[in-house]
Amino acid sequence: MNKHVELKNHQREIFYFRLRLAISIGFVLVLLSVLLVRFFYLQVVRHSYYQTLAESNRISIVPIVPNRGMILDRNGVVLAHNYSGYTLEITPNKTADLEDTINELATLVEITHKDRKRFNKLLAERRNFETLMIRNRLTDEEVARFAAQQYRFPGVEIKARLFRNYPYGAKTAHLIGYIGRINQTDVEQLEENDLAANYRGSDYIGKTGLEQSYESELHGTTGVEQVEVDSGGRAVRMLSRTPPSSGNTLVLSIDAKLQEIAEQSFGNYRGALVAIDPNNGEVLAFVSKPGYDPSLFIDGIDTQNWDELNNSPDTPLNNRALRGQYPPGSTVKPFMALAGLYYNTRSPGHTIGDPGYFNLPGSGHQYRDWKKGGHGSVDMFKSIVVSCDTYYYGLANELGIDNIYNFLSRFGFGKKTGLDLEGETSGLLPSQEWKMRRYQQKWYAGDTVSVGIGQGYNLVTPMQLAYTTATLANNGVAYKPHLVREVRSSRSNENRLIESKPEFDLQIAPAHLDLVKRAMVAVNQPGGTAAGAAAGAPYRIAGKTGTAQVIAMKQGEKYDASKIDERHRDHAWFIAFAPAEQPRIALVVLAENGGHGGGTAAPIARKVMDYYLLGKVPQPLPDTADKEGEEHD
Amino acid sequence: MTRRQLWLRFITHLDLPLLLGIGLLMLVSLLVLYSADNAGWGRPLSQLLNIVVAFTCMWLIANLPLHYLMRTAVPIYALGMVLLIGVALFGEISHGARRWLNLGVITIQPSELMKIGIPLMMAWYFEKHEATLTLKNYFVATLLLLMPVALIVRQPDLGTAVLISASGFYVLFLAGLSWRVLGGVFVAALASVPVLWSMLHDYQRHRIEMLFDPSQDALGKGYHTIQATIAVGSGGILGKGYLNGTQTHLDFLPERTTDFIFAVYSEEFGLLGNLILLGIYMFVIGRGFIITANASTYFTRLMAGSITLTFATYAFVNMGMVSGILPVVGVPLPLVSYGGTSMLTLLLGFGMLMSIETHKKLVKT
Repeated sequence: MNKHVELKNHQREIFYFRLRLAISIGFVLVLLSVLLVRFFYLQVVRHSYYQTLAESNRISIVPIVPNRGMILDRNGVVLAHNYSGYTLEITPNKTADLEDTINELATLVEITHKDRKRFNKLLAERRNFETLMIRNRLTDEEVARFAAQQYRFPGVEIKARLFRNYPYGAKTAHLIGYIGRINQTDVEQLEENDLAANYRGSDYIGKTGLEQSYESELHGTTGVEQVEVDSGGRAVRMLSRTPPSSGNTLVLSIDAKLQEIAEQSFGNYRGALVAIDPNNGEVLAFVSKPGYDPSLFIDGIDTQNWDELNNSPDTPLNNRALRGQYPPGSTVKPFMALAGLYYNTRSPGHTIGDPGYFNLPGSGHQYRDWKKGGHGSVDMFKSIVVSCDTYYYGLANELGIDNIYNFLSRFGFGKKTGLDLEGETSGLLPSQEWKMRRYQQKWYAGDTVSVGIGQGYNLVTPMQLAYTTATLANNGVAYKPHLVREVRSSRSNENRLIESKPEFDLQIAPAHLDLVKRAMVAVNQPGGTAAGAAAGAPYRIAGKTGTAQVIAMKQGEKYDASKIDERHRDHAWFIAFAPAEQPRIALVVLAENGGHGGGTAAPIARKVMDYYLLGKVPQPLPDTADKEGEEHD
Repeated sequence: MTRRQLWLRFITHLDLPLLLGIGLLMLVSLLVLYSADNAGWGRPLSQLLNIVVAFTCMWLIANLPLHYLMRTAVPIYALGMVLLIGVALFGEISHGARRWLNLGVITIQPSELMKIGIPLMMAWYFEKHEATLTLKNYFVATLLLLMPVALIVRQPDLGTAVLISASGFYVLFLAGLSWRVLGGVFVAALASVPVLWSMLHDYQRHRIEMLFDPSQDALGKGYHTIQATIAVGSGGILGKGYLNGTQTHLDFLPERTTDFIFAVYSEEFGLLGNLILLGIYMFVIGRGFIITANASTYFTRLMAGSITLTFATYAFVNMGMVSGILPVVGVPLPLVSYGGTSMLTLLLGFGMLMSIETHKKLVKT
């Protein structure tokens, strides 16, 4: 009985299963008939239409590459643009013997070994019916010579193409960057971001600098042309056309003239300069010395030039302003003073006696002041003016690293500024936690003492120090720094202004600000460390010199610039803003191995401020001599 | 053993009608690859190697008794899940999606493994609970399907996810999921479309619109569809003749050895060729249904049904996408498109079908 029921169930189950199977078969038949109908429609009903498209003519879809957007300075001076030039191009499909053709061409126009190598590379990557460049930038004479002989070269033609040009060359190389040929990595990146279609036909892409950071604005939208081509691939008739839209134009906050003056003021020094308008975060000048010729990279740099740039001890490819990390030296003192006031560790009137060194309680180790014998009795004001190290050793020790870390990180030390340029480094603001993580060591009181004068573990980038200086100049209200001021649309004449919004307000007490700023003004007056460079200025400069040690001095050893290898000499810093009462420019100068901030860096800053505030062009354009200033830091 | 005995041993567990159908499709594959490769031997020969490898695996599976097959369900599914999670965490990005896992020696695409693993696991699960099937079991089976599918959607590989979902759905359907639930899910899915649509970002909507209107993306994927449709349409009734397809030989057809191989075939052999190809496919599918109908256990019925229906779906989706009625989702034409992985996955499935057919006599007592 029991068995009977089970059997019946089993049969019922089979029945239901087969029913479902029958429905599935019906489903497959429906799919089949959909395909049959579609094939009938395409291959019988519409056959002649598709026949026409495929047989007599063939549709070719040709991308139209948009013009790349220009880059202008704040006054409309061109920093990057396109010019049209002639190239000699070959369509391999239409050329019988490539090798022969190229050898023949070489008798008419110069074709170098490098040209051939590039051509072979293009040949290996080519797409269908693409014309490949064998020579670019033909002279008018070469164009004429080839045109007369063109009939001998089927499949070879002269084309007008747009080339990228950077009128300021090396002076803006670290700012503007450059474009270069799209390589495999770029292709993968584009595919990943689903942009490959918009780069059909494009040969170049931004590789560094603003060209890279603003690639999406500059590139534009690729157009498309549907053309009928004959069996040889020649375009016969255009069927439809979606025009490309050019890339957007970038208008920078950079002042090209200011940039040029800043660049030249460095003379033979290596280093960096960043100038910011503290009222809105606009970057006015952005210099990293030495630069390099960006045009070398556009069509692939050759080995010789590359080796030269890459192996140079001056590291011209290193963007010092954005990525160079240096100890801030004494430029950190105004910020330390504000920390001391904020935490009530020091009152403005508190005076120390400076014997020329500092001892941690219970330790024999001497932290020396730069001035042998010390500065006598020093209060906070004087500590900034004469850059007294002893004062800050003690202040740092009493503040403790936690307070220092908290206060300085609010200013932006140890963080990226968020500048609209890719590849920024963040500097280093050390903390107990950081040291444990990095070295698995606890923090020692001695570590704090060095941080007090901007040595030790501290690192800043010139960009970062410019940002914190601008924030100080603007009474603690920070604006996010940016290089691009406006994006001008090519399509609608709608221009997007990059808004300058305050990022945060540190709410520094006015009395504290007043003290520190007055002291920074006195730095540039007789008795201050930068008095020489500021002499005769019709506006008041607030500033602070600094020196960043490149090599450590042994206990009891004396620093003597003349005895030290030039590349081991100290780096010179100068931070400043002016006019002191109502700052319009805040800047940072770093001169590598420049020795003293007051002697080397401050004069460069002075020239830049003179031009920006007074319109005064250094005459003749400065040729900074390698002279050592008397002032020490 | 004599030669004859050896031969018999070789074919005992092969299903001859199925073998005939598969063999014909492989022949078409080699023929069309030769043309698509511009009369070159490179692609056909390496496809031949794919076939040999996959055929060996098929033979081994076909000789595997059913209870062994069932035992592989959980390990294969578990391995597939581990690999899919591995892909999500450490996968290599290629063409904008994270699908490949680099195991040092080889890179693998775990979603391929799941094409077999998911129906296997679900059929195993239903077999285990055959006596006491309740709605809860269908719910669990659905979860078994959705977990890997969610991981594949995230890669993102929408095409594979949809097709794998289909293979799992077939198991649910054949396992007897009630019409009321099916209807309910269908209505709910339809109703949620406008809601989901409103939740999408503009660029996501744009992408979906582009799937259905290729002319919007004439430089990207739309180009493939436009050129493939021209190839199919210009083939006409009799085709342009073998090796004479202009779309193919003038390089207008993209991916013509893989996803778009049907366009090559269709251009050169026309509507007549299409009918013959569809005939072969229907023959293979029909044989699959017969095997399914005769299968002796619940597990084998579900498995055989799902394998057959999935095969039919692949063929339909590929031909539909090439002829411009379905969006381009990167599905090869089964057994014809060039590619070792898909050849292997398909023949593993056919190996199971053959095992189900040839071992049932032993199971039935």
